[in-house]
Amino acid sequence: MNCQGLIAELTEYLDGDLGAGIRVELEQHLAKCENCRIVVNTTRKTIEIYCNAEPAPLPEDVRERLHDALVKRLEHNRPHKI
Amino acid sequence: MSVSGSKPLPSTIVKDDEAALVASAKAGDARAFEELVNRYERKIFRLTKHITQNDADAEDAMQDAFLKAFRHLGDFEGGSRFYTWLVRIAVNESLMRLRKRRPNHFSLDEPVKGEEEDIPRDLKDWGPSPEQRYEKKEMGSILSRVIEQLEPIYRAVFVLRDVEDISTEDTAEMLGISISAVKSRLLRARLKLREMLHPYFQGSTAH
Repeated sequence: MNCQGLIAELTEYLDGDLGAGIRVELEQHLAKCENCRIVVNTTRKTIEIYCNAEPAPLPEDVRERLHDALVKRLEHNRPHKI
Repeated sequence: MSVSGSKPLPSTIVKDDEAALVASAKAGDARAFEELVNRYERKIFRLTKHITQNDADAEDAMQDAFLKAFRHLGDFEGGSRFYTWLVRIAVNESLMRLRKRRPNHFSLDEPVKGEEEDIPRDLKDWGPSPEQRYEKKEMGSILSRVIEQLEPIYRAVFVLRDVEDISTEDTAEMLGISISAVKSRLLRARLKLREMLHPYFQGSTAH
């Protein structure tokens, strides 16, 4: 496998969805290619950073409007099947 | 919000008991639905903001998503997680507004350009914990600023797959694109984000 081949399989490799045979080929390439190791590590880190980021609290006015709208609906309607 | 005055939720309702909350809400318990909203409002607002990239649209999409979820709770059969069902509704609401605002500029079916762009540049490592170089708030603002620069077709796929942990199949269905389009856009999105984050994380000194 070359660098271009690794990029083509990168998403499935990072998601753990790669078949055993091709994973071995990819890891053999990784062992000898520093550039590709950096790409794999920093792309993995990119995903982790976004995945672990906590969502910011709602701005107070946005939260108030949401909850006012819900209160109106919840007081007057019950969930129903359509 | 308090549908039932300021009365707190019963302490018997535990955090991971989503199914019980949904069942109570379906039976008409407003406090149970209120708890579901409290639990997910931040995540749903982040999702609608990521997709619409517009504060007013994001707020409307979030509000309508929760209202629709309540109105149609009877249709939720529990085959999937309630949160995934809620995400599906919020994605619909967001895409509707995005298309309305940018009718000539937005299409999820846009073809992906040539693959030569996928060859990464900036090949220097970031070290083990690059995110620790920034305060939490500053980090949040960097992440928002960077993801805003992604085109909608990549951003929506990345947010659903990697931020919300929605499956490839469900992402394809929610966005109305093929599974192979989800995979190729996810690869492109990840590589673009990696490249855009690089200036913040490269080297070993704080910015």
